[in-house]
This record gives sequence, structure tokens and C-alpha cells, in this order.
Amino acid sequence: MNWSEFFAMKGYGFYVWGSYGMALLIFIIEIALVRHKRTITLQELRMLRDAEKEE
Amino acid sequence: MAINWFKYSAPATFYELAGKLVPWFAWPSALLFAIGVYIGFFVAPTDAVQGEAYRIIFIHVPSSILSMFLYLIMAGYAALGLIFNTRLSSMMASALAPTGALFAFISLWTGALWGKPMWGAWWVWDARLTSELILLFLYLGFIALHASIDDPRRADRASALLAIVGSVNVPIIYFSVKWWNTLHQGSTVKFTGTSMHVAMQQAMFSVLAACWLYAIAVTLARVRSIILERERNTQWVAELPEARS
Amino acid sequence: MNKLSLFGLLRLVIGRDLMLAMRRRADVLTTLIFFVMVVSLFPLGVGPELDMLRKMAPGVVWVAALLSSMLSLGRMFSADYLDGTLEQMLLAPQSLSVLVLGKILAHWMLSGLPLVLMAPVLGLQFDMPVQALWVLIASLLLGTPVLSMIGAVGAALTLGLRGGGVLVSLLVLPLCIPVLIFGTGAVEAVSSGMSAVSHLSLLGALLLLALVLTPWVTAQALRISME
Repeated sequence: MNWSEFFAMKGYGFYVWGSYGMALLIFIIEIALVRHKRTITLQELRMLRDAEKEE
Repeated sequence: MAINWFKYSAPATFYELAGKLVPWFAWPSALLFAIGVYIGFFVAPTDAVQGEAYRIIFIHVPSSILSMFLYLIMAGYAALGLIFNTRLSSMMASALAPTGALFAFISLWTGALWGKPMWGAWWVWDARLTSELILLFLYLGFIALHASIDDPRRADRASALLAIVGSVNVPIIYFSVKWWNTLHQGSTVKFTGTSMHVAMQQAMFSVLAACWLYAIAVTLARVRSIILERERNTQWVAELPEARS
Repeated sequence: MNKLSLFGLLRLVIGRDLMLAMRRRADVLTTLIFFVMVVSLFPLGVGPELDMLRKMAPGVVWVAALLSSMLSLGRMFSADYLDGTLEQMLLAPQSLSVLVLGKILAHWMLSGLPLVLMAPVLGLQFDMPVQALWVLIASLLLGTPVLSMIGAVGAALTLGLRGGGVLVSLLVLPLCIPVLIFGTGAVEAVSSGMSAVSHLSLLGALLLLALVLTPWVTAQALRISME
């Protein structure tokens, strides 16, 4: 079995890879969002502390 | 046994524990995904009826299962938070909601891509797909209600009540949709055939386990940010090394 | 203070809400006009073929009833919330669930009952047979109170929130789907020559379940929202 045949999935390639591609994309986006949220939260915490120090 | 479970219900301890646990769930999840997809594509034979398109079920079925269980777990956490007034449970509930909604979405998307070659239409009002759509609506309602209340305590409690009402309603909705579908002569092609090849089962279970581990890892990672946000005025957050720069 | 019986209390709350509504009759009429308009829009949208209209009628009437009962949900608690009456109700020694039940019933009489009475006329627009009309009335009579009850939970949860009107529909509509399914199913069953009893009894079961649970849940939601 060669690779182009494998990716064609006997004509169902679009459906199969569309499913797995979307699932993978969503997992990647969700992980990125969670990481982004963490950096934002930590930034906010630092800003909050700096503001308190200045007072 | 004298384990003090309540020790871990304190946000400060749980924050640390969750941070340690995340990689222990994340890496096995990635590994199991790889194994599941490998078995699903290279070991499992082509289905006699559905051809190669059946390989979609290896991601479709686990994400459907996850989306339903996560809603129940979310409602359970929300109920705990409402009844015992434990802050952490409510935070867990709101951390679970986006992941559950995304699994519901994946399930709908893959269901549509599976349906096109099988039924000849992107969307068929099949009982399971319709229930999944309604489940997505329930998730969105929970998230929307939580987001539109500014006071976090009221947001937790109000959305908890909604989640409980929703989970009481889910079986009624499923039953009614099924009833409606049989009356209207729904689709006859089923997702799972009469007998599944062993390799198919192995692929399905590996991906299912991977999805569970993924959901746990991502929820724990998300709940850490939520904990920091809610507890930002406490001493322990101020003393965290990662909050000092 | 003399002690009120439960029914006395119910009657008091319903009477008060009805009287308040009678002073602002336009509100009640708006909901009804909306219902009539939505139903009348469908033939204009899909064309006047009677065969198709007859088939669509129960679904159209039910969806329109669902939407118009959403419209009036915002009013269920908001006036009392704004003028402080609701706070008094929460503090009252009487059971809050019963007070809430009274408000739900009053809301149904003002928004649900007019729809039930109007539905047969609209059904004639769609050339529904007489037998189906009766079942439509019966299903609406059983179903619209459930809509008011589930709606009350949503209204209580979104009390005083910005954009509450859209939000409440988002929360309540998915929960109302079983009512919609059994309601339209009853009419369709009769139209296709079967018995509507099973659908109607399921609707009745939903009504009983909602009657037992929702006043209490709504009362809890009000307490959460008023903290």
C-alpha cells in the first residue's frame, strides 16, 4: 500500500481526514487557549501586586 | 483510612496537586491517541458495509461518549458546590464546560462527515445526532449564563442550578427525541455494526481512554487559572513563585 | 396575623398578578399578536399549498407558542424585583414555592391561555380538520403550563442581568424540546388516524413532573439571584 492510496481512503479521504483534522485542530486550539489564559492570569496577578506595592 | 480528602478541596493544595498531575495525564493521552489512530488505520480491516469511511467512528464515538459523561460530571460538581458550598467544585464545573462543549462539537462535526457518504446528506435528524445537538445547546446555555453574571458566587450557584435542571432533563430529551425519530422513520444505518473486529475495538478503546485523559488534563490545567483568578487576593497566591517576576 | 391557607395564598398571588396585568393590558395583547403574526408568516414563507400547510400546522403553531411564551418570561419577576416586592416575598413566612407557583399560574393565564384560545382560529388558517383542532387545544392546554414552569426557572436565574431576554431563551428553549415533540406528536398522530392518548398522557406526565419540581427550583433560583 503506498501513501497516496492511503490518504485517498478509497474516495473517502475528505471525510476521514476532515474528521480527524478537525478533532486535532480543536485539541490544539483548546490547549493554546488554556495556556494563553494561564499567561494572562499570571500577568494580571503581577500587575495587581505591582499596583499594591506602589501604594 | 485517614486520608484527609478535604485537604485537597482547599484551592491552595489543589492548585499545586493539579499542576503536578497535568503532565501525568497529558503524555499518556498523547501516546494512547497515537496507538489508537495507528491501530485504527493500519491494523483494523476495512469494514464490509461502510468501506473506509467507518474509520471516522474511532473519533466520533469516543467524543460523543465524553460529551455526555462530562455534562453529568459537570452537573455533579456543580451540585456539590451548590449543596456543600465548596468553592473548588464550582470551579471544576466551570472548567469542565468548555471541554464538554468542544467534544459535543467534534461529535457533531464527525457525525456530519460520516453521514454524508453513508446517508448522502450532511445532516440527518437521527436521534443520537439530534440529542447531541441539544446537549451542545445545554453546554452553551451553561457557559452563557456563567459568563453573564458578574458576581462569581452567584454565577456559580445559578449555573449549578441550571446544570442540575439540565441533567434531569437530558434523559427526558433523549427519550422524546428517540420517540420522535421512530415515528418519523429515521435512518436505518447504524454507527456500530453487528460485530466489531477486535482491532476496531482496541482502536476505539485506546482513543476513548486518550480522550478521557485529555479531558482530565485540560480541565486540571484550566481550573488552575480559574483558581488563581478567584483567589487572587489571598496570601498564598501572592506568595506563589510563578506570580513573582 | 391571620394564617392563610395554601389555596388562599395562591388565590391572593394570582389575583394580584392578574389585577396588575389588567392595568397594563397592552403587554398581554402584544404576546398574543406576536403569536398570530408568527403563525401567519409561515404560509407566506412556504407557499399556500394546503396539503403542505395541513402537514406543517401543528409544528408551526407549537413553535410559535414556544417563542411567544419566551417573550413574556422577562416580565414574570422583573417588575416585582424592581419595586422590591420580590424581596418581601422572600422574607414572607409563607412558602416561597407556593408564592412562585401562584406567579407561574398567573403568568400562564396571561400568556398561555390566550394562545390556547387563539390556536383553533389559526388552525383553520392551515385547514386543519376539526378532530385535529381539538387535540391541538388539548395538547396546548397540557403543554403551555409546562412552558411557563420551565420558563420560570430561566426567568429566576437571569433576574436583573443585562441581556436577560435573549439569555433566558437560550437557557429555556432546549429544555422545552420534549414538550414540543409530544405536543406536535399528538396532533400528527390524530391526523394520521392513530390515537393521541399516549402523547397526551406523556404531556400530562411532564406537566405533573414540572408541577412538582419547578416551583421549588424556581424558588431556589430566586434566592440565589437575590442574595
